[in-house]
Amino acid sequence: MTATAKTTHGSGAMVKAEAVHKSFGAAHVLKGIDLEVAPREVFCLIGPSGSGKSTFLRCINHLEQVSAGRLYVDGELVGYRQKGDKLYELRDSEVALKRRDIGMVFQRFNLFPHMTAIENIMEAPMQVRREPKAVARARAEKLLDRVGLADKANGYPSQLSGGQQQRVAIARALAMEPKLMLFDEPTSALDPELVGDVLDVMRDLAESGMTMIVVTHEMGFAREVGDALVFMDDGVVVESGHPRDVLTNPQHERTKSFLSKVL
Amino acid sequence: MSVDITKSDGPSDAPPPGRAGSAGPAGPEAIKAIPVRHYGRYVSAVVALALLGTIIYAFSQGKINWGAVPDYFFDDRILTGVGQTMLLTVLSMAIGVVGGIVLAVMRLSKNPVMSSIAWSYIWFFRGTPVLVQLMVWFNLGLVFEYINLGPIYKDYWASFMTPFLTALLGLGLNEAAYMAEICRAGLLSVDEGQTEASHALGMSHAKTLRRVVIPQAMRVIVPPTGNEVINMLKTTSLVATVQFYELLRYAQDIGQTSGAPVEMLFLAAAWYLLMTSVLSVGQYYLERHYARGSLRTLPQTPLQRVRANLFSLGRPKGGAA
Repeated sequence: MTATAKTTHGSGAMVKAEAVHKSFGAAHVLKGIDLEVAPREVFCLIGPSGSGKSTFLRCINHLEQVSAGRLYVDGELVGYRQKGDKLYELRDSEVALKRRDIGMVFQRFNLFPHMTAIENIMEAPMQVRREPKAVARARAEKLLDRVGLADKANGYPSQLSGGQQQRVAIARALAMEPKLMLFDEPTSALDPELVGDVLDVMRDLAESGMTMIVVTHEMGFAREVGDALVFMDDGVVVESGHPRDVLTNPQHERTKSFLSKVL
Repeated sequence: MSVDITKSDGPSDAPPPGRAGSAGPAGPEAIKAIPVRHYGRYVSAVVALALLGTIIYAFSQGKINWGAVPDYFFDDRILTGVGQTMLLTVLSMAIGVVGGIVLAVMRLSKNPVMSSIAWSYIWFFRGTPVLVQLMVWFNLGLVFEYINLGPIYKDYWASFMTPFLTALLGLGLNEAAYMAEICRAGLLSVDEGQTEASHALGMSHAKTLRRVVIPQAMRVIVPPTGNEVINMLKTTSLVATVQFYELLRYAQDIGQTSGAPVEMLFLAAAWYLLMTSVLSVGQYYLERHYARGSLRTLPQTPLQRVRANLFSLGRPKGGAA
């Protein structure tokens, strides 16, 4: 049950989920997710709030721990090390090491408010990869230029609009040169007129061949840029396929009723 | 459409929309209104000044030799005492702040051993009077006769535990318990999204704390810490009980030999007031530093404000001439 036509085997997948479950105490949030994301693919996750989209995204990044099933990123098991038939929980430092390769963009931006835009972008390369300041600054300037904010380098987040903050947040994630980018409703907290700028940056990133998993309510973006789309509801994948097919010709009743409300 | 301009409320420089045309290129005419008279303020000011005058008069007529205060204000012993008080305040607060941050991080740690240790420490040091703690440190020689750190150091406890060290440990370790709670409040005030964003970038727990959480927590930590510093400065007066000589102790000594004991207390009070005033200014600048990024424009420093006022005073003069 793969969500994409590009890969037939799991071996080459960037992300592979096998019956992934997640519970918070008594709340069973993910109830067996199976999906595959191919390299260079833009993979969109849609669904009503509380359907588990964001939780699944956070599992990929170890921000939440999977309760059952297996989740692989680039062929490596998430959160655990397997030796024989035993699983060993990863140490914090090992988790941190894996997170370096996965960029994440949050709904609420989560820029560091006490640092300027460029300092936000330089922080992780300098602190985590111990890059010299000049190298980090040069890359940060290039990234700011790429997201169209070269003139805002020395502005603090509070001096930037929501759309500008989110673009800085994307640049910050890209500074670690990740192989996978996770977007958790990146435009949901923005004024409608600011959404376009952020989507433009994401479209540009998709064209450059970045593997992206995008939790979104922007159906236009999903249709235009997405290579694969999954509709989730109540912790399960209800329907998956190419965005054009799912969005224009949904098969399941639940998908139909959801799309009729958001389109 | 004419407007009756005797109302006193409303922003004085907001342009009334209907009159914009008649005002010409200079913009809409500003409202000239008679302000509300606050007669109560004049009355209360007079009453307060009268009371203050009465009190000052009463003190000046009392059997107090005021001349002794300026005579001894810059006495060598007093200045030494001021220095000792400052030194003790700074060092004990340093122990308190560092200890407080460590304890707060321990208390919030997922490690149950760490959080239990921190909890117990805070419970004990906050739950007993600092004066009692000082005296216990002073008398700890009853429990430990020697201090023996193997080949590094070995001595009698009594000669190791100087009055200064007793005072420093007594005040510093007690302060750490209070600072721990202040720091904990600060750490908890930082949005969880900040930690998540930092972790998502691959930063470790320690780096996240040091680079992301603590700098933001400082905004919440600094104001109550300023309070603690001022409190500490005054609490140092307790260490006379463990034979450490600081401002109050020197002042009392002078008072006994010079026959002006009460006068010397006033002198000490004046010095304490002077020092706490200086500290308040320092706190202002520290708060301004940590407001970086959270305010769109930083508040002016007192110096900048004075300069700005001077300029604005100069301007109308130039216009009149």
